[in-house]
Amino acid sequence: MLAQQIINGLTLGGVYAIIALGYTMVYGILELINFAHGEIYMLGAYAGIIFFGLFTAIGLTSYSLPLSIVLTLILSIIFCSSYGFTIEKIAYKPLRKAPRLSPLISAIGVSIFLQNYVMLTQGATDRVFPYLFGAAGFDFIGARVTYLQSFIIAISALLMLSLHFFVARTMIGKAMRAVAQDRVMASLVGINIDTVISTTFVIGSGLAAVAGMMVAMYYGLVNYSIGYIAGIKAFTAAVLGGIGSIPGAMFGGIVLGLVEAMGAAYISSEYKDAYAFVILIIILLIKPAGLFGKSTEDRYK
Amino acid sequence: MYLLEVRDLTKHFGGIKAVEEVSFKVREGSIMSIIGPNGAGKTTLFNCLTGLTKPTKGKIYFLDKDLASLPPHSIVKLGIARTFQNIRLFREMTVLENVMVAQHSKAKSGLFGSILRPQGFIDEEKTIKEKSIEYIELVGLEDFTNTIAGNLPYGSQRRLEIARALATEPRMVLLDEPTAGMNPQETSEMMDIMKRLQEFGKTIILIEHDMKVVMGISDRIIVLDHGIKIAEGLPDEVRRDQMVIEAYLGKETH
Repeated sequence: MLAQQIINGLTLGGVYAIIALGYTMVYGILELINFAHGEIYMLGAYAGIIFFGLFTAIGLTSYSLPLSIVLTLILSIIFCSSYGFTIEKIAYKPLRKAPRLSPLISAIGVSIFLQNYVMLTQGATDRVFPYLFGAAGFDFIGARVTYLQSFIIAISALLMLSLHFFVARTMIGKAMRAVAQDRVMASLVGINIDTVISTTFVIGSGLAAVAGMMVAMYYGLVNYSIGYIAGIKAFTAAVLGGIGSIPGAMFGGIVLGLVEAMGAAYISSEYKDAYAFVILIIILLIKPAGLFGKSTEDRYK
Repeated sequence: MYLLEVRDLTKHFGGIKAVEEVSFKVREGSIMSIIGPNGAGKTTLFNCLTGLTKPTKGKIYFLDKDLASLPPHSIVKLGIARTFQNIRLFREMTVLENVMVAQHSKAKSGLFGSILRPQGFIDEEKTIKEKSIEYIELVGLEDFTNTIAGNLPYGSQRRLEIARALATEPRMVLLDEPTAGMNPQETSEMMDIMKRLQEFGKTIILIEHDMKVVMGISDRIIVLDHGIKIAEGLPDEVRRDQMVIEAYLGKETH
C-alpha cells in the first residue's frame, strides 16, 4: 500500500515539478509570477490530443506508436514554446519597467483569455486522449507500476537532469543565472537580456507542454480549465521549494505529489486538491522563502 | 587617434542637472581620470557611456559610432567594459563562471545549438574556459578559480570585477573607484594591474578619489563639479588649477 502510494506520488510529483520549473525560472529572472503558465500546460494537453489525433487519422499510430508519441511530444513542445515566446513579447515585455503589479495583472488576463479561447474553439466539454497502454505494467517492491507511470517518472527525471545540466554548464545557462542575479550587470558584460528572457519562456513552456501531454495520457480527459488547478499546485510546489530556485521546484513538486498521494490514500481522497493549499499556507506561515529559497534581503546582499 | 569623443553631454534628472554640457576626447591607449567631489556627476557620466541611462542631450562617439541609441549589451560588443564602485559580481557563481559568462556574447551555440550539437558547445566551452583562466591569472586570482565570488575577500572581488570586464575583450575599460576601501598594499597592486592593462593597449577611464593614484597613473585628468567640467589637462596642470583647488583639492593642499 505504501509503496503503491509512493509510485503514484512520484508520477504526480514529477509532473508538478516539471510545471513548477516554468514558474520558478520565470520568477528567478523577471520576479514575475507567470499565472498564464498553467494555461500553457493546458494548451500542451490539447496539442497532444490534436496532434495525436492527426497521426491516428493518417495512420501513423498503427504504423509505429512510439514514433507517433515522440512526434506528438515534439510538436506540442514547439506549439507551447511559441505560445510562451509570444505571450512574453505581447503581455510582459511592454510592462518590464512598469510597477510589479502590472505584469502580474497582465498574466492573469492572459490566463483568462487562453481559457476562454480554448473553450470557444475546442468546446466546453471534456476531450478524450486515447487510452494507449491500458493497465499493463509490472510489479515492483509490492507496488503495481503501469508502463505509463514508469514512462512519466522516467521522462520527468530525464527533463530535470537535462535542465540542471543545461543551467549549470552551458553558456546560455550561465547567462540565465547571471541575469537572475543582476540583470543590469548582465547586460554590461554583453548579455542580451531579451534573448535570455525569451529563452527562459521557451524552455518553461516546452516543459509545460510535456507535462500537459503526460497528464492527458495519464488521466485520459482534458478540458479548458485543467490549467488552473494544476497551475496553482505547481505554483505551490515552486513556493515550497523556494521560488526562484530550480532544485527547489524539483524537490517541491515531488514532495507535493507524495503528500497528495498519501493524503488521498490515508486521509481522504475527497480532499485531494486541498492538501496543496494546506501546504502552501503552512509554508507561507513558517518559512515564506521556501526550503531552498533565499529571503528577499539575502537576494540583494 | 581618439577612441572616444564626448560632445556636449547633458543628463538631467527632473530639475537636477547631473551632467551639463560636458565634452572631452580620450586618446587610444591612454589613462584618463575623472575627479570631482561627490555628486559631481562622474558615475552618471559612466552610466551614459555604457548605455544604462540615455543622455538628455549631446553625443557620444566611440570609434566614430554614436552610442546614444544602443542598448548596453551592444555597447559592450563595440568594446566598452566597466566596473562598479559598489562591486557587482554574480555573487552566487564561481570566479571562473563570472569570467566565463562575460564571454557569452562570443559563444555561438544558443539554446538549440547546445541541445542539438553537444560536441560543438563542449568545444566552445573549453575554449572559453581556457581564455577565462588567462584573465583570472592576469589579476592574480588563479588560486580561487572555483571559489564562489561572494566568498572572496574584498580586494579580490575588485580584481575579479576587472577580470570579468576584460573577458568582454574591451578596447576601453571604465573603472569606477577601483581602489575604494583598499589598504595601501592593495592599492599599489591595483595600480600595477591598471598599468599592465595600459601595456596591453587598453584605454582606461578612471573615476578615483585617491589623489596618489590619480596623479601617479593618469595621462590626462578632467575635473567635474556639479555636473560641469571645470578643468582638463595633464596632472600637473590640474594640480595647479585655481578653480580645481577651490572646488575640490582645497582642503587637501595646504
